[in-house]
Amino acid sequence: MDVILFTFFALVAIVGAVSLVLQKHPISSALSLVSVMVALAVLFLLLGAEFIAAAQLVVYSGAIMVLFVFVIMLLNAGAERESRKGGLAQFLGLPLTAILLVLASMVITQSMGNAKAVKFGAFSGGGPREVGWELFTRYLLPFEVTSILILIAIAGAVVLARKEID
Amino acid sequence: MDFILLSILKTAIAAPVLLGTLAYLVWIERKVLAHVQLRMGPSRVGPHGLLQPIADAIKLLTKEDFIPSYVNHFYYWLAPWLALMFAVTAISVLPVGPVIELFGVKTNMGQADISIGLLLILGLTGMGVYGIALAGWSSNNKYSLLGGLRSSAQMVSYELPMALAIASPLLIVNSLNLREIVNGQAGYVFGIIPNWNAIGGLQIFSFLIYLICAFAETNRIPFDLPEAENELVSGYNTEYSSMKFAAFFMAEYANIITACSVATTLFLGGWHPIIPNELGGQFIPTLLCLFFAGVLFYHALNPARPSDRISMGVIGLVIAGLGLVFQVPVVKDLAQPLFWFASKAGFLIFVFIWVRGTVPRFRYDQLMRFAWLVLFPAALANLLLTAFVVAAQSN
Repeated sequence: MDVILFTFFALVAIVGAVSLVLQKHPISSALSLVSVMVALAVLFLLLGAEFIAAAQLVVYSGAIMVLFVFVIMLLNAGAERESRKGGLAQFLGLPLTAILLVLASMVITQSMGNAKAVKFGAFSGGGPREVGWELFTRYLLPFEVTSILILIAIAGAVVLARKEID
Repeated sequence: MDFILLSILKTAIAAPVLLGTLAYLVWIERKVLAHVQLRMGPSRVGPHGLLQPIADAIKLLTKEDFIPSYVNHFYYWLAPWLALMFAVTAISVLPVGPVIELFGVKTNMGQADISIGLLLILGLTGMGVYGIALAGWSSNNKYSLLGGLRSSAQMVSYELPMALAIASPLLIVNSLNLREIVNGQAGYVFGIIPNWNAIGGLQIFSFLIYLICAFAETNRIPFDLPEAENELVSGYNTEYSSMKFAAFFMAEYANIITACSVATTLFLGGWHPIIPNELGGQFIPTLLCLFFAGVLFYHALNPARPSDRISMGVIGLVIAGLGLVFQVPVVKDLAQPLFWFASKAGFLIFVFIWVRGTVPRFRYDQLMRFAWLVLFPAALANLLLTAFVVAAQSN
């Protein structure tokens, strides 16, 4: 059952990611990204990371992507015109992508060669309580630094938005 | 019993009940609005218009499904079902009663009992905005587009104070599991005042903020700007007809049911009775039913119309019988929590309709200003205060 669910949602995520790149219309691309986010949320859930799954659903697909779709609709962006492919990109695009993928998988297998395969249902520390506990004890400094970073981003957004009006 | 079999069985009970409630909610809304405005409301199809929802369903099913030529077909088709799907699935994690034992099977009243229930509901209702936004965009019509834009901006803005309002009772209950949230509100302060978050937990402000945000999230008056009919024809669903229109309609009512059930779970103590069972709380359902039956019998004896002599009497007998069901030993454990949950959620739904009948619509800039300059700071202050109180109590 777990394997079937994993295969299905992994396929959904991959198809969504490919369609995100291939789609001509920005709205279609944005919605493909939403399907990727939802599929990833389900994969997190299958791994036992309940809180991350819910956060993925609430934050990424429920708030950030809604804003993306909102902006695309507000600008009424039409289907994008296909740019002429450069000669180099046409011939070297696919081989270079393949080489990149091979290199990346090699690096990953080498650096994490002795990691064990994850079993479904083996991990139970993904609830809100456990995640919160870790955040406020072990990862307190990164957590606070991130919050300061977000605060700076908010202040920057406000400053930039004010400039436009004046 | 097998988990899957039990889940299918519960779904088989919950789905028709939910769809029936959706259909009759429309009837209730039209009747209540009519009485607010001193009208009769639907009264032609069946006694007191009770068959009106069925007539409406037949009408919507048999209507021509007209698709304008200029729409984006795929998203136009997808949008209503997306809206309906997310609206209906959100209900699956709501617990309507405690864990009970029936025919030797121990089970919880409610579909799924998961540790992130509340977050899942927030996520699913947040996803519902795609249905409305896509409908507005794919219709290729400026009124629809404006409706869709308004809806997404409104949903994103009101989700913030809503999440903050939800967070403060969570600080008290200390769980995201809806069943534990309800159980955390069990008991009575001084033995009489219910220990619900909105009353004994002193979370009345977050309850009110949640309720206001729920009006905005479900696109209801006074925040129904996405379908403001005197500005936008009918907003995002202007180009829709037949079953696709019905899907939007059902999604709106399903969202109302979800919002009211979540409010009941979070703030009004779920299925716990308002008076302790030792002081006679368990007799309230029966007494209420007998009271209504008495009113109906009175009308049967003094009929306004000849047919009332029979119809009022029969309905009165049914309600009186229902009242006695609440005292039958085995059924009691099942029926009493259901009664309390349904009556609390039902009262909130009535408030939704009541507000629709009495409060005028906001202007769009007022709506946004209200969310960001009034509700958001208020929710933030409430959360801070609650956090201080909880921290002071735990030390």
